[in-house]
Amino acid sequence: MAKDFEIPPLPKYIEIPSINEGAMKGEGPFKSSEEFQIPLGFPGEKVENWQDVAISKMGELKSKYRSVQVFLDVCVKCGACTDKCHYFLGSSDPKNMPVARQDLFRSVYRRHFTFAGKYFPKLVGAKDLDESMLDDWYNYFHQCSQCRRCSVFCPYGIDTAEISMAAREVLDAVGVGQKYCNQILGKAVTVGNNLGLPEPALRDTLIDLEEEIEEETGVAVKYPLDVKGSEILLITPSADFFAEPHIDGLIGYGKVFHQDGVSWTLSSYASEGANFGMFIGSYDVMRKAALRIRKAALDLEVSRVIVGECGHAWRVAYSFWNTLSGVGAGGSDEYSLKLQNQLDSRYPQPQHIIEYTYDLIKRDKLKFDKSENDDRTVTFHDSCNVARATNMGGIPNGQFILPREVIKAVCNNYIDMERETIKESTFCCGGGGGLLTDDLMEIRIKGAMPRMQALKEVEKTDGVDTLAAICAICKSQFSKVLPKFDFDPYMIVSVHQLVSDAIVLDKSHTIESGVEENIEEATQ
Amino acid sequence: MSVLSLVITALFYISFIIFVIGMTKKILQYWATPAPLKIPVAPTPLTRTGVVLRIIREVTLFESLFKSSKWTWIFGWLFHFGLFLVLIRHIRYFWPGEVPEIFLLVQPFKYGAFAMLIGLLGLMGRRIFVDRVRYISAPSDYIMLALLLIIGVSGAVMTFTSNHTDVVMVKEFASGLITFNWSELPTELQLLVHLLLVIILIAIFPISKLLHVPGVFFSPTRNQVDDARKKRHISSWALDQEKNNEVRLDQIMGEDE
Ligand code: HEM
Ligand code: HEM
Ligand code: SF4
Ligand code: SF4
Repeated sequence: MAKDFEIPPLPKYIEIPSINEGAMKGEGPFKSSEEFQIPLGFPGEKVENWQDVAISKMGELKSKYRSVQVFLDVCVKCGACTDKCHYFLGSSDPKNMPVARQDLFRSVYRRHFTFAGKYFPKLVGAKDLDESMLDDWYNYFHQCSQCRRCSVFCPYGIDTAEISMAAREVLDAVGVGQKYCNQILGKAVTVGNNLGLPEPALRDTLIDLEEEIEEETGVAVKYPLDVKGSEILLITPSADFFAEPHIDGLIGYGKVFHQDGVSWTLSSYASEGANFGMFIGSYDVMRKAALRIRKAALDLEVSRVIVGECGHAWRVAYSFWNTLSGVGAGGSDEYSLKLQNQLDSRYPQPQHIIEYTYDLIKRDKLKFDKSENDDRTVTFHDSCNVARATNMGGIPNGQFILPREVIKAVCNNYIDMERETIKESTFCCGGGGGLLTDDLMEIRIKGAMPRMQALKEVEKTDGVDTLAAICAICKSQFSKVLPKFDFDPYMIVSVHQLVSDAIVLDKSHTIESGVEENIEEATQ
Repeated sequence: MSVLSLVITALFYISFIIFVIGMTKKILQYWATPAPLKIPVAPTPLTRTGVVLRIIREVTLFESLFKSSKWTWIFGWLFHFGLFLVLIRHIRYFWPGEVPEIFLLVQPFKYGAFAMLIGLLGLMGRRIFVDRVRYISAPSDYIMLALLLIIGVSGAVMTFTSNHTDVVMVKEFASGLITFNWSELPTELQLLVHLLLVIILIAIFPISKLLHVPGVFFSPTRNQVDDARKKRHISSWALDQEKNNEVRLDQIMGEDE
């Protein structure tokens, strides 16, 4: 599987490569097996009549998703998106051009569902769904990180991510799933997090963390777990509990809560912010995972739900939770009201940890010693799901403004990368969308090239030595790929690590459980 | 009436019927298909007014295309703007009787035809010479451009060279189509080519990429308001599913459902 490949060079300006057909042809990532397929309700192996199943699934999806139906019809092949995908720029395989990726799906749609494709397939590029087409689907729809950069640039907003999700759902329906995503989802919907970390292990980890912080700072910052009646429920990617540099971000959240003097808790039942249900395109699986959070919020009787640093988790939380599980506001049906009546309507629900910290900064609730970060020159990587699919602060472009403002509040040296590679045009880290697995290392490295190129430029011109991000996948991916491009792997940090390093802790204890102490605090 | 005029008349009606039925079906399909999730793409408008302005900018200025590729934008916009002028100029043929003042005002813009043709040639050139665009092109993509080019050239030949046609007769013919008052058509080759290809264009509208015309208004990444936290957005099928408890996480599903 692991074949040798060259690490792409980093030119001064990104050049659009000439197409190189078949450059990334291959078998795709490891396939899922029965053990992981069945619990999610997918067939254990490739079904006998897979063609029929696939076509009827396509028909079902296009009748359930307007995006799929409209996007399959309206592309005029203008080519505007062809040079927008980081995987194409890094690999030069033409099937990694967004429109060509869609065409893998569209050509089958045309063959089976359109007049022109049924009667004049050659004329309109309609193709049958045969073995080799299915192989191409599996391979190339797992070379899309669903980053939606192409959609920004398409005159009709055609979002290849929607097509990738649909294609992956069809693949799952015929029993050809991806191991990485489906295995993780199995753990998430049974144990409660992607790592399969059970409650005692999580509790131990948090106790260790508390001891570590107390040793280092002399302040007893607490990481409460399953504390009923807390004000805030924190939902964060499970990588925050153990992975580097993620955990330093978690330390930062804890310190901010501590300083605010608010009661908060994690949930062992819903100890995962990530929701890979989105990556495999399955509304039902995504909803299953989201429902755990609903249940935790109801059981723990919290009045606020806050989401930690994770890109697609924030997309699911911000854009989908209200739909999937009623975590939000403005519902009118019984189901959503049950939870929405419990949540405090003075705050946005759910709220991002950056919004929370930003708000405290604006209200002068936090003190920082910015010089603690003086040894760094920081740049910020806009994670694609946050940048293109969510908002923060309820102001236009808040998702770009708030994280930068938080960084600038705690660091003196901040530089942006080239405008074309940030904000809504940000380049994906290369590991999103369910691609963060070693069996996809080649495409991950090649796809990281455009981001690395922009980073290299600010390293040269402004001496940038720290890359801050608010996404667990970005952080893991960068740790792996940075050294391949001659960067220090430790230059990637959580935004809340920067906060953590600069924050001045002067409160003696963290409010641990609920209401009584809250009142006590308020009356002091 | 001559056989030729009768045939062309019949073909016009047939293609028009195909157009109306086909487009209605497509638009109803887009309308009826739910968008179950909020998926607007940045920079997202936070209000309905913002969305309306965004779509207006997309339709009139091709805003996103401008961001992505200046050459495609220049040619694409020239083509569409030229086409727009040309089509307005054409209203005079179909208007039974005196044409309202306002349409006469655009009559001088006959040079719109050149904008349209230059745009089309540019787009064709791009399709042929840029390897990425060539890779994604099917024969139909070239044919569509060729079709529009020939319509445009045949029209321009009548407008700008000495090969004019009898426009009074054409007006009689065309407005006759609308008032069911059928009449003879002039028989110059350039006019017949023009009309036959226009008939084809109208007929293939609902089964080709020309669906981008209604589609641009239905694209969920462009027409949704970014207010997911404030309003519960749920599709009919998801609501049914919720009511029927179809999605169950078996034993560990929250009891609250
Ligand atoms: C609401 C009105 C319309 C809008 C907003 C619109 C928008 C666009 C855009 C943004 C493109 C892509 C860029 C380009 O290649 O030019 C395009 C392409 C195209 N449009 Fe339109 N269009 C409209 C109406 C029409 C009409 C009425 C026709 C035809 C009769 C048409 C024919 C085409 C064709 C053939 C292409 C493909 C050009 C190519 O092959 O490169 N459009 N349109
Ligand atoms: C039923 C429909 C149509 C009829 C009866 C028709 C008829 C004509 C006639 C008679 C002329 C010559 C005008 C003159 O000599 O001054 C003309 C010109 C032209 N037509 Fe059409 N046409 C039709 C549809 C179209 C369509 C759909 C297009 C574009 C896609 C088009 C593009 C042109 C152009 C570019 C010219 C030359 C510039 C101009 O006079 O504005 N025509 N058409
Ligand atoms: S930019 Fe949009 S319309 Fe143009 S080729 Fe790409 S997907 Fe198709
Ligand atoms: S969504 Fe991102 S990864 Fe997928 S095709 Fe578009 S630009 Fe490429």
